[in-house]
Amino acid sequence: MDLGTQEAILRLVNQHGKESLLVLLGAPDAESAEISAETVIIGDPTYAGPLAEAQLGLDVYHILEEEVKSWIPAETWEDQVGLMADVLDAEEIASAVRGMRDRRESSN
Amino acid sequence: MFDGKFVIALGERDGVAGPAIAACAKAAGSEVVFSATECFV
Repeated sequence: MDLGTQEAILRLVNQHGKESLLVLLGAPDAESAEISAETVIIGDPTYAGPLAEAQLGLDVYHILEEEVKSWIPAETWEDQVGLMADVLDAEEIASAVRGMRDRRESSN
Repeated sequence: MFDGKFVIALGERDGVAGPAIAACAKAAGSEVVFSATECFV
């Protein structure tokens, strides 16, 4: 994850509090989705950015997860995400992000 | 899920872009406080 993005997330946590934030990912595959989820839950796995060892434990979902889709008006979903939803492996991506959320739950 | 939440939209160029995620979150009633589209090459 970009260092600038990590800085922005840290600033928003300080500004709004962890519980008020919801991170939505648009990663194209399970591996990058998992790394992004890990970064905002456990910390930057590369130890290069400001979120290294931050353990923010933020709420994080991928935009293609059914739990997210169910909250978005169908027309907006189709216009904004529909095309990529047909191309990307939503189930594999969802499984990777869910796995990181489960790790957060088990560590609480 | 979206009630009272501030959304951070972390898009990727080869997946779903930040503005598309932000549009979905806004349509669901959330305030988007950050949106980015990263590119891994």
